[in-house]
Amino acid sequence: MRQERNNIFLGIDWILVALYATLVIFGWMNIYAASTTPENNDFLDFSTKYGKQLIFIILSIPLIILILFLNSKFYERFSSVLYIFSLVLLAGLFLFGKNINGATSWYNFGNIGLQPSEFAKAFTALAVAKLLSDRNYNLKLIKNQIKAFIVIFIPAFLIALQPDMGSVLIYLAFFFVFNREGLTLNYIIFGAITVLLFLLTIYFGAFWVLIISFLLITCYTIYAIYRNKRFLRFNWPKIVGLYTAVGLFIIAFGFIFNNVFKQHHRDRFDVLLGKKVDIKRIGYNSHQAELTISSGGFLGKGYLQGDRTQGNFVPEQHTDYIFSTVGEEWGFLGSSLVIILFVVLLYRVIYLSETTTNKFGRIYGYGVASIIFFHLLVNVGMVIGLFPTVGIPLPFFSYGGSSLWGFTVLLFIFIRLDAHKKYDW
Amino acid sequence: MKRSYLLIFLILVISIIFIGRLFQLQIINGSNYNPTKNSAVKIVYDYPERGHVFDRNGKLIVANQLSYDVMVTPKDVEPLDTLEFCSFLKIDKEDFKKRFAKAEKYARWLPSVFLKQLSKEDFAFLQEKLHKYKGFYIQKRIIRNYPEKSAANVVGYISEVNEYTARNSDDYEQGELIGSWGVEKQYEKILRGIKGKKHLKRNNLNKIIGSFKNGLYDTTALAGKDLTLTIDSDLQKYGELLMTGKRGGIVAIEPSSGEILALITAPSYDPNLMVGRKRKKQSSILFNDSINNPMIDRGLQASYAPGSPFKMINGLIGLQENVVDENFSVYCHHGYRYGRRKNAFMGCHCGITGRPIKLKTAIAKSCNTYFATTYRKIIDKYETSSKGMDAWANHAKSFGLGDFLGYDLPSGQKGRIPDGKYYSDNYDFRWGATTTISNAIGQGEVETTPIQLANVTAAIANRGYFYTPHIVKKIDGQNIDNTNYTIPKKTTIDSQHFTPVVEAMYEVFKTGTGKYSQVKGIEICGKTGTVENFIRVEGKKNQLDDHSIFMAFAPRENPQIALAIFVENGGYGSTIAAPITSLMIEKYLNGEISNATKHRESKMINTSLQKIYNKQIQKPDSLASGTK
Repeated sequence: MRQERNNIFLGIDWILVALYATLVIFGWMNIYAASTTPENNDFLDFSTKYGKQLIFIILSIPLIILILFLNSKFYERFSSVLYIFSLVLLAGLFLFGKNINGATSWYNFGNIGLQPSEFAKAFTALAVAKLLSDRNYNLKLIKNQIKAFIVIFIPAFLIALQPDMGSVLIYLAFFFVFNREGLTLNYIIFGAITVLLFLLTIYFGAFWVLIISFLLITCYTIYAIYRNKRFLRFNWPKIVGLYTAVGLFIIAFGFIFNNVFKQHHRDRFDVLLGKKVDIKRIGYNSHQAELTISSGGFLGKGYLQGDRTQGNFVPEQHTDYIFSTVGEEWGFLGSSLVIILFVVLLYRVIYLSETTTNKFGRIYGYGVASIIFFHLLVNVGMVIGLFPTVGIPLPFFSYGGSSLWGFTVLLFIFIRLDAHKKYDW
Repeated sequence: MKRSYLLIFLILVISIIFIGRLFQLQIINGSNYNPTKNSAVKIVYDYPERGHVFDRNGKLIVANQLSYDVMVTPKDVEPLDTLEFCSFLKIDKEDFKKRFAKAEKYARWLPSVFLKQLSKEDFAFLQEKLHKYKGFYIQKRIIRNYPEKSAANVVGYISEVNEYTARNSDDYEQGELIGSWGVEKQYEKILRGIKGKKHLKRNNLNKIIGSFKNGLYDTTALAGKDLTLTIDSDLQKYGELLMTGKRGGIVAIEPSSGEILALITAPSYDPNLMVGRKRKKQSSILFNDSINNPMIDRGLQASYAPGSPFKMINGLIGLQENVVDENFSVYCHHGYRYGRRKNAFMGCHCGITGRPIKLKTAIAKSCNTYFATTYRKIIDKYETSSKGMDAWANHAKSFGLGDFLGYDLPSGQKGRIPDGKYYSDNYDFRWGATTTISNAIGQGEVETTPIQLANVTAAIANRGYFYTPHIVKKIDGQNIDNTNYTIPKKTTIDSQHFTPVVEAMYEVFKTGTGKYSQVKGIEICGKTGTVENFIRVEGKKNQLDDHSIFMAFAPRENPQIALAIFVENGGYGSTIAAPITSLMIEKYLNGEISNATKHRESKMINTSLQKIYNKQIQKPDSLASGTK
């Protein structure tokens, strides 16, 4: 143990650290571009967004050192404590939290706000890793499945009460982890079909989707009968169940969309699906973000030359919409590069997870990759107009201390666990 | 390991979709991205001063004047002492509220005009006071001003560019001004100059946050150029005065250059009405006046039958075609019989019976019989009437008739000179010289505009050639070099044939129809005309009072002015048209009206044809009973 602590830096995956540093620094440069003004461009001005972000970045260094210096066994041993700690923080929001923009997601310490949901992701990932790494744990059993679901459901539920639906969405990422550890793929397929049916129902209306779904099921049944004449004899409950389930789903979707969803939710879907053209109000963000990215062209307008960024045409461009600044100033080349950097980071995390012999480390690493991937998917998808407007940050890039530290904790615990594996025997 | 493929695969697929989408946005959509047409870039124009317009003697006829508007940006307005503010602006509180509400309705964050066109004194006073009131400021504008208050039809006017032009032209934006008529329209490009463009960066709240690319795309304004017109402002104004109470047009041309000395249409209007605060109201009154039609330039746009003056052209064609000569003569018995039918007879008022009438007398006394005979000879010289008609039309067209003259003003009419094809297309029976005999005396199918007639006069004065009439003499101090205006155009008539015609026109003033309009010391050559005209009301043809026509040039040798005048329903040419012509000539050549002709001047100014015009707008039955 002593020896390990002394040589910790030898085991660190420097590629991940370099990727992390690149993304954070590049992110800061874009935050600078997005929040600087001609009168106010001293980057040590800590009243500005980029000035604050610089402090956050500097403060993340002691945080990293702390994470790296803690024993890797610490994380496994204390995962439940950290998990429960994060749940307490989330629950405590309802007593001490501050309501900003209609969501109670923040603790306020003077000027500094802290968003516990950003840290809860990392700690939930630890808890999931802890739960699943038990040698006797088999995800094929319903009982165990329910246990796992409960672990991700509690923080998700607490966050949903804030409400911060974007962050809730991220907890779906754990299904990839579960799947990796033996959960049947049916959950994901089921989820995907549900989402597909949902979107189709919104777009075409319940009636047509119902008819077409039934037609497809009927076709499948006829095909099955054609291949095996006794197909129905054993499978009729399944077919009937399929009809009923699909029918109920579609009708329920129509009902939920029209009655449970709020108008602004409906609008977001309608704009995304092109059913409503409204570039002034509901679709303003997406429209401006698309225009801004388009205006970048192949090479971009050059750093600090983004006139649309400087004109603040995209709301929240230093946080959730930071990718639009990348698109405008760095062009197709720069924005593709950012995506490729993320992909490299994700593959590196997955590769390191898969090569570790420590089950806890592997599951945690998979959680890290899934969470970052989901963030990338939802955030960039939203900015380039492929996803509905869901406000979640771009990892390492977006402005915000909690978000930056949350991802730093998430990634560096993995780096620490990974560094440990070389000394695991 | 196999189970990890799902996530790896999804990451790959999603990243490819994302990069594909970026390609679509940035490469495909981005390729038609124009850096200056961007909501982050605001283009601010620097408007140059529009060029001035001078008359031929250097008198300023179109000027610019500064105008001061009080502007307001409602968003920036802070609570203010309304009473004091209203007293500064000389408006009452109700008015203030109304104006402010209007500005707010337009846009809270954009400036709009609060009070238009302050007087200079008010401006000086307000300039010191206004800074106290946040959100209000004074905007300087340049508007047109017409010190001479005349020649509205020549100078034209400027107006806000229409939506179509604003959208389809790079030169204009909505709300900008463009020359819409007259010289302002024709020489728009020269007068307007080039506006300067400044590209500024703005933010989502339309606030300017600096210059765009440090002014890489910016241009500076270039002032408009000044124009010097060929118009003699004094003559123009004098002509307008003489036409008081009448409808018609006068066109005066300098034969030796084709320069238009005066282009008068009546009724006209004060061009200052088309400027400023009351413009909207005034212009709709002017444009909607379908009875007096002040917005029609009768000198250019009115196409009438020319009447007797056209006889000279027939005489000249006859001489050129060698079907008559100076000594050819006819006998006139109160008219000319051109067929066996009872009504195939053209009456004549020359009053010479029993004596042979030669060309000179025929012109001086306006003998219909002589020209009907000549016209017939011209047409019948050729084997078919159609060919004869073509030859005749060719000669007439060489005087600039039957088509646009090519002058530099935006409005006009072609007039009409019928040729063989014209009749073949319109008549399905055999036609000949007698069918079209009215052309001999300038009636029938022939139509000309006053400026065309003036040009014919100039061609006769020059004995065979003319310069295309034009209105602009100098651009930015430089004489125009448009060869269309500087190279003379020859008519098809040899110059020796003009001598008897000019003699005859001189005779008109000496002994003929113009003898009561003589001016002492000036040898005027002219020709009167009286044109019948009809109006068709509910299918019934009604004859109206004759149009009065006159064309003249002076002096006889080395002519300096040639003009044509047309007075609607002015009766005989000798009663109104001839005296006005003589006054115009005297005014131009002598610079003033002598005491001997003063009475003529006042008589002309006071002659009003309004009663006759009023008749035309009465009900059809009363109209019918009002005429013979």
